[in-house]
Amino acid sequence: MALHATPRDAGGVTVVDLSGRITLGEGSALLRKTIRALLEEERNLLLLSLGDVDYIDSSGIGELVSAYTAVKNRGGDMKLLNLTKKVRDLLQITKLFTVFEVFTDENEALRSFS
Amino acid sequence: MTPETKHLEVTLQTQVESVNVAEEVCLRVAEAAGFGEDDCYRIGMSVREGVINAFHYGNQEKPDKKIYLAVHLTADKMIIHVLDEGKGFSLADVPDPLAEENLLSTSGRGIFLMRAFMDEFDVVTGQNGGAEIIMSKKLPGSSESNGQGGQDA
Repeated sequence: MALHATPRDAGGVTVVDLSGRITLGEGSALLRKTIRALLEEERNLLLLSLGDVDYIDSSGIGELVSAYTAVKNRGGDMKLLNLTKKVRDLLQITKLFTVFEVFTDENEALRSFS
Repeated sequence: MTPETKHLEVTLQTQVESVNVAEEVCLRVAEAAGFGEDDCYRIGMSVREGVINAFHYGNQEKPDKKIYLAVHLTADKMIIHVLDEGKGFSLADVPDPLAEENLLSTSGRGIFLMRAFMDEFDVVTGQNGGAEIIMSKKLPGSSESNGQGGQDA
């Protein structure tokens, strides 16, 4: 299933609703393009909603890390919301759970940016 | 070939779509062999990572090179070979992606994932000098199946 990315404003934070697979090729490229476009608009407080992302490979993991670094370098922050079990387990075994802030409640996630 | 052993070989182009093709082929074999959903996910992911490795690092995305995928189904395990036409590499030279200094690296997790998800994993030098990844998963219910190898993902 191809990746879809839909940004929406939630106060000063941009929530990016993602669905599909973040894998080598189009999925990773779309995520990169979406994050770059948001940063160019100086929207650097990002909450990636991954509840409908059921598959990420190492290329997708790399793209998430790249996005996180790019946002941080712009003085912003990027957090994750609603991970599926597979994605959660993947971030745990790669120790990226210690890097990303992860939430299960959108309102709580949004409040954490202030 | 013994009656209980089945073989499948596919030659893949060095292109992104080959990653999906390889995953799909191996998933079908794994499902037919009786692997459950979680193990199919682990096998599919490992094949993806093996072919990504061959595509990107081995063949350096050069379209004139090939990737050779072979699947052997024996009485007790599914064995997968991924061979590229690159210069080969040593596992000892692969950085640990869990090391603090590598956590924010944007690449280098493929080998780790294959090791985590399969029961056996090795990289040898193929007959053509390229890297040959060999990995296997014990068949469900096989006498050698011990539930080890592979994280809970």
